[in-house]
Amino acid sequence: MRKTWAVAVKEMRQVARDPLTLAMLLGVPAFMLLLYGYALNFDVRHVPMAVQDRDNSTASRDLVASFVNSTYFDRVRDLPAGTDMERITERRLAKAILVVPEEFGRDLAAGRTARIQILLDGTDANTANTILGYASALVAEANIGIVSRELARAGHSLEGAVRYEPRVWYNPELRSTNFLVPGLMGFIMMLTAVVSTALSVVREKERGTLEQLRVTSLGPGQMIAGKALPYLGISLLASAIIVVAARFLFSVAVRGSYLDLFLVTLLYLVGALGFGLLVSSFSRSQAMAFQAGALLSMLPAIFLSGFIFPIRAMPEVLQAVTYIFPTRYYLVVLRGVILKGAGLSPYWDQMLFLGIYAAVVLGIAYARLSRYEIRA
Amino acid sequence: MNGLLRVIWKEFLHLRRDRQMIPVLLVGPIVQLLALGYAANMDVTDIPMVLVDQDRTAASRELVERFTGSGYFRLAGSEDTVRSVDPYLVEGRAQVALVISAGYGDAVGAHRAPKVQVIADGTDSNSAILGLGYATRIISDASAGRIREEMERLGREAASRGRSGYSSPGRIEMVPRVWYNPDLKSRWFFVPAILAMTLMLTTLILPSMAVVREKEIGTLEQIIVTPIRPWQLIVGKLFPFGVIGVVNLLAVTSLVVLLFGVPLRGHLGVLLLMTLPFLMTTLGLGLLVSTLVANQQQAMMSSIFLVMVPMIYLSGLIFPIENMPRPIQAVTYAIPLRYYNNVIRGVFLKGSGFSVLWPEMLTLLAFGLAALALASLRFRKRLD
Repeated sequence: MRKTWAVAVKEMRQVARDPLTLAMLLGVPAFMLLLYGYALNFDVRHVPMAVQDRDNSTASRDLVASFVNSTYFDRVRDLPAGTDMERITERRLAKAILVVPEEFGRDLAAGRTARIQILLDGTDANTANTILGYASALVAEANIGIVSRELARAGHSLEGAVRYEPRVWYNPELRSTNFLVPGLMGFIMMLTAVVSTALSVVREKERGTLEQLRVTSLGPGQMIAGKALPYLGISLLASAIIVVAARFLFSVAVRGSYLDLFLVTLLYLVGALGFGLLVSSFSRSQAMAFQAGALLSMLPAIFLSGFIFPIRAMPEVLQAVTYIFPTRYYLVVLRGVILKGAGLSPYWDQMLFLGIYAAVVLGIAYARLSRYEIRA
Repeated sequence: MNGLLRVIWKEFLHLRRDRQMIPVLLVGPIVQLLALGYAANMDVTDIPMVLVDQDRTAASRELVERFTGSGYFRLAGSEDTVRSVDPYLVEGRAQVALVISAGYGDAVGAHRAPKVQVIADGTDSNSAILGLGYATRIISDASAGRIREEMERLGREAASRGRSGYSSPGRIEMVPRVWYNPDLKSRWFFVPAILAMTLMLTTLILPSMAVVREKEIGTLEQIIVTPIRPWQLIVGKLFPFGVIGVVNLLAVTSLVVLLFGVPLRGHLGVLLLMTLPFLMTTLGLGLLVSTLVANQQQAMMSSIFLVMVPMIYLSGLIFPIENMPRPIQAVTYAIPLRYYNNVIRGVFLKGSGFSVLWPEMLTLLAFGLAALALASLRFRKRLD
């Protein structure tokens, strides 16, 4: 225990002597959080829309106004007849173009079907899909308005339409910050724990100081624990920074208990540190350790964890692959504890997987390091 | 010139001798490509839905069928009370609950407005928005059908009392047309983004680490005492990474087209030519980072987190710029990747050429020259 502590103190000193790295390890999470909180979201609003109102009747103006008043669309320009529409989207002057043909008002008044056209820049499919949803909702609303006016004129009131009540639980304003913050924690932990640990061990290999440690009376377990402990501390601190900043800057509150949050984070981190040690056991250079760490931990933490892209939307083979990366389990528990206010008991299976992962990875790392690197 | 070639040769030798690096350089982009290509998909279908049908009439079953038959929702379970929906949503077994309260069928028969509730798990806000959008479309379709029936009934009633019915009201029909990506596949949007990420990895992060490595080992000082001039050293160190970048670009582009079926509607030549000024920018930034840091770990962290990640996020590569607050939108104009992103999307999906993309070309060229000049100035100062 004393020896482990001695290695940890040595490692801590080394970290302290490199204040830029330490500042980055702690500052990067906060920086990323600011980016995510302020800059990034999928909440589509104020879509730049060009309008070609060839009818210019009361009815057509009402329709265009209903688009603009919804705040989902900003009317950025009016297109005269004969404009090359494709140029407008190709130059990204507008994402949507609403075209109201000449006979719109006349058709509507005559009780016929009046067509309008909406042209979308489909490059960003997700945004285009959301825009399409808004537009069809607006048109459906307009249609109900027309019918109810007609009925009212005949002395009836509109009944019989299905009354629809959407409810959103856990994130009623549907803010993507609430969704992204827990994912961000999973990603940052992977970065600080896996990559920093791997680089710190490989650096000693490169410089030859690992051999110097071999001639001391340190056992491999003490050595590994000592190297990993400071990074465990730093990672926990970084996650605390995220939780506090998310609470005060973006009012993403932890609804469950902080103890549960701490426990699951600790379990996840132990696995991540073990993986960092494993990477260090087969990398010869820091560049290699970085590449391997980035490819095998950070990338899956972004793409194969449900951080941004829902796992259910992936092909089945890839869904199967996600089960071998720990971030997937961590995020389920994290979102449960932070957003749903749940305890750990509904997630016992996820916790079990995290535990198994940590045990297996640490075991292999320990075996490899004690065999090839630490013992002479 | 001879000195330049020697530095280039030396750098290639370094790369070749590091046996582990070459597979990583080749495998890295491919793994990224596969991850992005197959995982980056926001098209939500088959949303697991738990049903609470307290009505159990033909009318309620018809509505449920509209949901399950749409292809957007899949029945994950059936419960009797709203309360028992809770564990489904907490554990993630369902993302949406459809609640049809008792009296729905009666309401339909009695021509009163029936009530339907949809509860969505808002944790994944994007999926929830899409899911609620689908639900709205399904319910307003059902609603439209019911309104039509209601109008017909009123019309018949009026006619039977000998009064004239009222004129049928008009209807607005929306005809959507989607350009460039008619099936709205989000893969077409995300996959070309991998080009930019790969280029940044090989031409920004790796050169910054390579220069710092020589600093760490002390071989940079040995080179300084040789008659090689600073510009030869700079160009010689960066050139191999530029070559790798171009090779990566070609490899990734062919995979994007052949494996993922993303159309390359513009010319490959346009893409290549417009990539060069972007490469100048990334190489320059990589060199700049290397002059600011002391060791490889710092080089890696700062080039990823202070350069690459903000560039990716503030360029529109993944997150649309229009959704950002105005002040941040202003910041994005200073991000070179913003312009290269326009190039990638323009050439791939829109088939754009120089006639549309020339402003991007000029801006990227200005960024490239500025980054290289700044980096060289700092680098030379440190050498002297």
